[in-house]
Amino acid sequence: MTINGTGVLFAEAVGLTLDGRVVLDDVTLDVRAGEVLSLVGPNGAGKSSLLSVLSGERTASSGRVRLGERDIASYSAVQLARRRAVLTQENALSFPFRVSEVVEMGRSPWARTPDFERDEGAIISAVARADVSKLLDRRFTELSGGERARVSLARVLAQDTPIVFLDEPTAALDLRHQEDVLRIARGLAAAGRAVVIVLHDLSLAAAAADRVALLRAGRLEAVGAPAEVMRAELLSDIYELPVDVVELDGRVLVVPKR
Amino acid sequence: MNSRRLRVTLAAGGFAVLLIAGMLASALLGQLAVTPGEVFGALLHGLGVPNAWAPADPLIESTLWVVRFPRLVMAMAVGAALATAGAVMQAIFGNPLAEPGVVGVSAGAALGAAAGIVVGADAWGEWAIASLAFVGGLLATLLVYFVARANGRAEVVTLLLTGIAVNAFAGAGLAFLIFAADAASREQIVFWQLGSLSGSLWSETGLVVVVTVLGVVASAMLARRFDLLALGERNARHLGIDVERLRIGSIVIVAVLTAAGVAFVGIIAFVGLVVPHLVRMLVGPGHRALIPLSALGGAVLLVLADLLARTIVSGAELPIGMLTSLVGGPFFFILLWRQRRRSGGWA
Repeated sequence: MTINGTGVLFAEAVGLTLDGRVVLDDVTLDVRAGEVLSLVGPNGAGKSSLLSVLSGERTASSGRVRLGERDIASYSAVQLARRRAVLTQENALSFPFRVSEVVEMGRSPWARTPDFERDEGAIISAVARADVSKLLDRRFTELSGGERARVSLARVLAQDTPIVFLDEPTAALDLRHQEDVLRIARGLAAAGRAVVIVLHDLSLAAAAADRVALLRAGRLEAVGAPAEVMRAELLSDIYELPVDVVELDGRVLVVPKR
Repeated sequence: MNSRRLRVTLAAGGFAVLLIAGMLASALLGQLAVTPGEVFGALLHGLGVPNAWAPADPLIESTLWVVRFPRLVMAMAVGAALATAGAVMQAIFGNPLAEPGVVGVSAGAALGAAAGIVVGADAWGEWAIASLAFVGGLLATLLVYFVARANGRAEVVTLLLTGIAVNAFAGAGLAFLIFAADAASREQIVFWQLGSLSGSLWSETGLVVVVTVLGVVASAMLARRFDLLALGERNARHLGIDVERLRIGSIVIVAVLTAAGVAFVGIIAFVGLVVPHLVRMLVGPGHRALIPLSALGGAVLLVLADLLARTIVSGAELPIGMLTSLVGGPFFFILLWRQRRRSGGWA
């Protein structure tokens, strides 16, 4: 069992070049158990790229990503799938599977392992947390965008991994389900999981995170507690838009000056 | 859960009944009238059991064992091979309209086989023409695969346009071979393009059966992975699937199965489209049921289609490829229309 706060995943001077364009430049960052880490920054700052490098989907062009003691590239696809789950923004499904089948797919990395026995419990818990129990018999392809996003979240939760990546999990969701996602992320961290979440809404990011990593043009500009990173002058500079940072009942809210 | 299992059982039972009925009818019907007792007797006799039902007339016995039985087994194997190839292809293309005939894999295999006929490859060995069919099918599959897909999915338009291009090229190749060939080879190639099960030999049938069984078993073993592929390549990879290996393995399986379906009987189109689609309507898209049921359903479809092809016009035989296209063409059109309506365009 990993002790909360200890690093489980490390980006060490990571650089990424795609088609000759520098997407990430010298990013050093650790992901810790029991913590929600928010990745924020303007469009094209490299949030999703950083997430894909951290999750082992892309290989860093320079530097390296270490998962536990080993380089992440040394893990097989199945080994990785038992250590980290990824919620992507892709919610298409080629064939009309039922929602219950889609959630069950999250358990597939555990097939033929002793953990397979926990399948039912993991699925029931994931379905309850993502609030999709009413959708189980529906066909995934008939669902609305927000419903699809929640089912995909349930699938990721069912995978039941120590590290969870969420790439803009709130994009298609209504206010209540956005709050649900925040609660789920907090709950995962409370249970000792490491959560990395990409969010566009800075107020949401501040509310969700133990730490915020702020990116600009592929470089890590600041990382730390929300109140340390979410400073009006820094954000105004990076987003090239004057913003106010206000505190309301202990919550950090970021609003553009109008 | 349970209702899904019940549907799978019912579908499998229904297909099995249809297959047995089709097999019986195929043995009984034809230009030479045979009674059920004679079929049973000839079967036992052929297996080395002397019995009283065995037909007294040696013509009946040889008609059954030399003409009808190998043809029947060939129909089952080819149907199973083509339907399974369709199901696998749809899984890796992420598109229910992918099918060996439509995207040109069958034409590629036929081109390979035809080239073999023209250069006299049968002199190189019994498997030479079948192997060339496999090579042609594999090249066509690879071509379509790498041209038509973007981000792990083949959009309908790209897929069909690629199919048109591959079919056109293979058609031109076939036309050239017909032009260059002598009269005997020419006849053989034309026969290929129409598709026919007549004149199936046990030696050919045996090969097709072995290859089909291997291909269907390999596909069934990958079924769980095909399910995950429906989530898209990225998500499948995140769930622990080695997508590159699955891809290459599946392409080889499709080419092997299509070659088995095409090498000796020619192009029989739309089996790989119609059968998996019907199975999906019956039991849903899960590949663990879809693949074995497609194999079974494909066997049923071709046995019945061949029965129709050789009995519908008395004294003559229709090309079975023409028959399946006659049914499959409109079916394909309906699928296309429905998919277009659902996605609001040519997505």
